[in-house]
Amino acid sequence: MKTLCAWCSAIVVTLAMPLIFGPTLVRGQNEGQPSKPAEASAANAENGKRLYTKYGCYECHGREGQGGVQTGPRLGPDPIPFKGFASYIRKPTREMPPYTAKVMSDQELADIYAFLQSRTQPPVVKPSPF
Amino acid sequence: MAKSKKPTVDRRNFLKSVAAGAATLAAPAASLPAQPAAARPPVAMPLMPPVIETDPPAETEVLTLDRSGSDFMVDILKYLGIEYVCSVAGSSFRGLHESVINYGGNRNPEFITCCHEESSVAMGHGYAKIEGKPLCIFAHGTVGLQHASMAIYNAYCDRVPVFVIVGNILDATMRDSAYGEWPHSVQDAAAMVRDYMKWDDLPVSLPHFAESAVRAYKIAMTPPMGPVLLVADSELQENPIREGANLQIPKLALASPPQGDSGAVAEAARLLVRAENPLIVVDRSARTQTGIDLLVELAETLQAPVVDQAGRMNFPTRHPLNQTNRRGAVIANADVIMGLESPDFWSALNSVHDQVHRTSHPNIKSGAKLISITAGDLNIKANYQNFFRYTGVDLDIAADAEATLPSLIEETKRQITADRKRAFQDRGAKLASAHQQALEEARADAMYAWDASPVSTGRLCTELWNQIKDEDWSLVSILRHFSWWPLRLWPFKKHYQYLGVQGGGGVGYNAPAAVGAALANRKHGRLSVSIQDDGDLLFAPAVLWTAAHHRIPLLSVMHNNRAYHEEMMHVQRMANRHNRGIDRAHIGTTFEDPNMDFAKLAQGMGVYAEGPITDPKDLAPALRRAIAVVKRGEPALLDVVTQAR
Repeated sequence: MKTLCAWCSAIVVTLAMPLIFGPTLVRGQNEGQPSKPAEASAANAENGKRLYTKYGCYECHGREGQGGVQTGPRLGPDPIPFKGFASYIRKPTREMPPYTAKVMSDQELADIYAFLQSRTQPPVVKPSPF
Repeated sequence: MAKSKKPTVDRRNFLKSVAAGAATLAAPAASLPAQPAAARPPVAMPLMPPVIETDPPAETEVLTLDRSGSDFMVDILKYLGIEYVCSVAGSSFRGLHESVINYGGNRNPEFITCCHEESSVAMGHGYAKIEGKPLCIFAHGTVGLQHASMAIYNAYCDRVPVFVIVGNILDATMRDSAYGEWPHSVQDAAAMVRDYMKWDDLPVSLPHFAESAVRAYKIAMTPPMGPVLLVADSELQENPIREGANLQIPKLALASPPQGDSGAVAEAARLLVRAENPLIVVDRSARTQTGIDLLVELAETLQAPVVDQAGRMNFPTRHPLNQTNRRGAVIANADVIMGLESPDFWSALNSVHDQVHRTSHPNIKSGAKLISITAGDLNIKANYQNFFRYTGVDLDIAADAEATLPSLIEETKRQITADRKRAFQDRGAKLASAHQQALEEARADAMYAWDASPVSTGRLCTELWNQIKDEDWSLVSILRHFSWWPLRLWPFKKHYQYLGVQGGGGVGYNAPAAVGAALANRKHGRLSVSIQDDGDLLFAPAVLWTAAHHRIPLLSVMHNNRAYHEEMMHVQRMANRHNRGIDRAHIGTTFEDPNMDFAKLAQGMGVYAEGPITDPKDLAPALRRAIAVVKRGEPALLDVVTQAR
């Protein structure tokens, strides 16, 4: 059951979200391959997929990391460099709740990053239906 | 007004006669041989004809009458142009109910059978946003109104005219316990909802009822619009119309909406014309198509960007000056910002930081001038605070925006010089380019997770558009849980193509409001489409039966993310904040184990339905089949299992 209080809070952030989150947290198409995290050698995309769901990342960013206009930016494919990704997750400066090392290990974080890297590019539909 | 030729008797005397009959029944019955208990009539129903035949009461009863007060009340509803009465049947307004279906011929108004009073009011809410006028809701003054209260609150916050009539028996000596009339009666019925009701009254005579009904209608329809309530006392409904009564219905003339003071409007025009980067922020600016057209004219005159907070269909989504998809940039760049009917103007200009210590910061330039035009300031109440944070504007015009736009446009044109016009053209060209770029980005965004299962909301939005784009469509649902995809991608032009939000944030609005809007759209031959949240439908799903029973054509496409997802995100935020487990936000927020089958639910209500659809490739054919049903004049529902947002 939704509480009015919760809704009001949500309504307050409705308009602000695009400003809060700013651009998507993915690199541009022309920026080359993302840098590998230190832990990338042992990263496991399959485990990352499981953790991405278990830890609720999908709630705001979609099950494929595609993002949502009011909830959280697109994360993949082509996520931002791992250093910035990890840093933001540990100490977000905008609206994302923090995922500290106490609740998500560095290895788990690397696995989630590997999952986001493994996302496929969207199809090109031409002409656009819109 | 036809006068009754039968002897008149008021309901009180009628009931006295009945009581006498009951007394005469009771005495001889005591001397009769004992009857098996099962054969005895219920205690509440002792008034059977055989006794009257064998032992008539001393006073001759009048058992029928030609016209009752409720007939006159229906005359009033007809005069007001009320097309429908949405109601769960109730004893306290049985007189009105019968007068609608028999005396009134069940036409204008037609009785719409509802299964929850919240649905009745929300149907009226949706209907009014399409039709621009209220339908009527009947409800018990106590239990019905309590069910209806959430939907009334939504209508109040959303500034929508809703006309509620509640039945009640004020005279305690006339209440019959057998019908539950004590708990169904109340001293001041409207008290419970008065905090979020624009006006209410308790008429004590039929002339009083007529005046108050016309007054209520006028008040509801005067911006800022809102819900109104009349108490129809049962005695007033059921007593015969007194012979010789000269009942009149007062003339209705809707009040012209309040317009901005000419000096203030001239100052607003001066600020806008001189601005380097003016911005227009709208929320519930347009009440009609005219309101949309006027806003287009103002924006084009100034070549000013428009950011839409989406409380109504305010501005065409594909207009080059629509900068909603890049609101952050234009708000940050503006030196004059004018809010039109924006109750939450503050949130358009500021951001809230929802961490342990909540903070906020402005998103606008220091020194930016602010103008507000809103009629909302004319109907502010203290307890339920639907006025949001205070915005310190430079020019505040307490007037209806749509009614003020003609003079503002005229004044703006008068003040524009040739130099300013050239500057405007340059500005407009840049904005058009930016609009196109933002649209391309939105198109690209919709392609991500294209083949995902659960179905992505971008894919669903695209597939739905492909099936309805050649129809005269009307999107009758809220969109904020759907990533606003349609407003970002579809070309909205007409006032009925988008209805805005529920107002008070009350869940359970969308399903009945969509049915009410579809009811209004039916006579116009429009294809009504609703993107239906699962959690919302669960509040009062029987409105699907109402749609089936009354042949209300509506395509409901479930946005079935199997959760109260917004609440899930709130719980997730708390879990992260407290650092004590981040994997249990689904507890209490999701609808899994077992999954709900909305297709079966709808089928059980007599609605054509398919699903659950989990493969996006199945969407297009399913949509085609469902639309064919809707075009035959019936509701249809597709249960699509979707991504969260």
